[in-house]
Amino acid sequence: MADEVLLETPLAGLHRELGGRMVPFAGYSMPVQYPAGIMAEHLHCRAHAALFDVSHMGQAELVGEGAAAALERLTPAEVQALKPGRQRYGLLLNERGGIVDDFMVANLGDRLFLVANASRKHVDFPLIESVLPAGVRLRPLPERALLALQGPAVASIIPTEMGFMGISAMEIAGIPVITSRSGYTGEDGLEISVAADKAEALARHLLSLPGVMPAGLGARDSLRLEAGLCLYGNDLDENTNPVEAALVWSMGKRRRMAWDFAGAEPVREALDNGPKRLRVGIRPEGRQPARAHTAIESGGATVGEVTSGGFGPSVGAPVAMGYVRRDLAADGTPLELRVRDKALPARVAPTPFQPHRYAR
Amino acid sequence: MTMKFTKDHEWLRIEGDAATVGITDHAQNALGDVVFVDLPEPGREVQAGEAIAVVESVKAASDVYAPITGKIVEVNAALVDNPGLVNQAPTGEGWFFRIAPEGELPDDLMDADAYASHVESLA
Repeated sequence: MADEVLLETPLAGLHRELGGRMVPFAGYSMPVQYPAGIMAEHLHCRAHAALFDVSHMGQAELVGEGAAAALERLTPAEVQALKPGRQRYGLLLNERGGIVDDFMVANLGDRLFLVANASRKHVDFPLIESVLPAGVRLRPLPERALLALQGPAVASIIPTEMGFMGISAMEIAGIPVITSRSGYTGEDGLEISVAADKAEALARHLLSLPGVMPAGLGARDSLRLEAGLCLYGNDLDENTNPVEAALVWSMGKRRRMAWDFAGAEPVREALDNGPKRLRVGIRPEGRQPARAHTAIESGGATVGEVTSGGFGPSVGAPVAMGYVRRDLAADGTPLELRVRDKALPARVAPTPFQPHRYAR
Repeated sequence: MTMKFTKDHEWLRIEGDAATVGITDHAQNALGDVVFVDLPEPGREVQAGEAIAVVESVKAASDVYAPITGKIVEVNAALVDNPGLVNQAPTGEGWFFRIAPEGELPDDLMDADAYASHVESLA
């Protein structure tokens, strides 16, 4: 991978101009932080507003009669009953009930709009195409950029009628965009899809608004971890099912009656008999963070593994999530984390670590 | 004595019978906001090049090495409650530990100009 040529987003020039520290991520050169630093960017997002470039994510349209039913072959999310102007979180599953990706699906009236992870779009899109009937077409949208404007100030600087998980076409500073009221920080905010050739103009406009500062992938990661949101590749993978990932809420009620999606049988089995392990929040004692892949122990035995961990700038303490044996998943359960060959005391803790402040 | 530097981006300054050690401004800038520092026990005998402390930022963890052989005589307890000192004053209040040297100092310690060239060569 070292010799791989990294892709750039339409905002690459702006990132350089803003002093972004560029790192490889999912095949793209992306800013991990700007000169303010991860801590300042994180806290600014919680207090005011932060602008993230997430153009590396995979955007696509699903068009044609029966598009929703076709997508439901691969996801237990309720897609067919999703109303126009509404967006929903879902999981793509394989035949073993493992999570191929987590994604957003929106009903734009005449088509479905999908946003998938950058690291997985090359897997997701061919998989979706493989189940499409004649007349339904998946159209990837590499010519579109995606910006996330997140934080409590967003509602006043870009007023909208939409509630949480609403989506609509609109104009911002005269630029046509598709905007959803959603995000990956636990804060109110918008995710804005825009034509690549208008992305820089839009970003410059948003950065000129009061209280908005640019933030990189570092702050995005610490914000989503405090919000208890999963990162694909860390907390979710093809060997993890929705039950152990504690994402059963993303499965539609009708879907849990019909069991008519890829991997339905293994998922049903995990739901009926209980999973062997569960994703939980973890609070280490003291200030030392426990990072991903840290072994979790109880009574000297290994009982799980941390999948995401770091320091929560808003919590003011280390936070983590990981998988533990089901009998150890109750809030408050004492655990030990094997950090640099020392046992670091920790407890299972409820998530989110930082309360969500979505618009309602 | 003037400040010396290692290729691992640490500095040391011999003061009296011990060397004060910390990480350089370049290192703290690369790490970002420091949130935790794990320091060695005073009295511990350490070898040059041995990983004896840990510095963690929001994003990453990094080892801190003993730049010289000797005995740890003091650690900077202020870093436990205020690890941000490493960012604010890396070559001052953000020092990590003091080592009483034993034997010869390693011959690959750099002066400020040589360290600046070393950093330049990494860019």
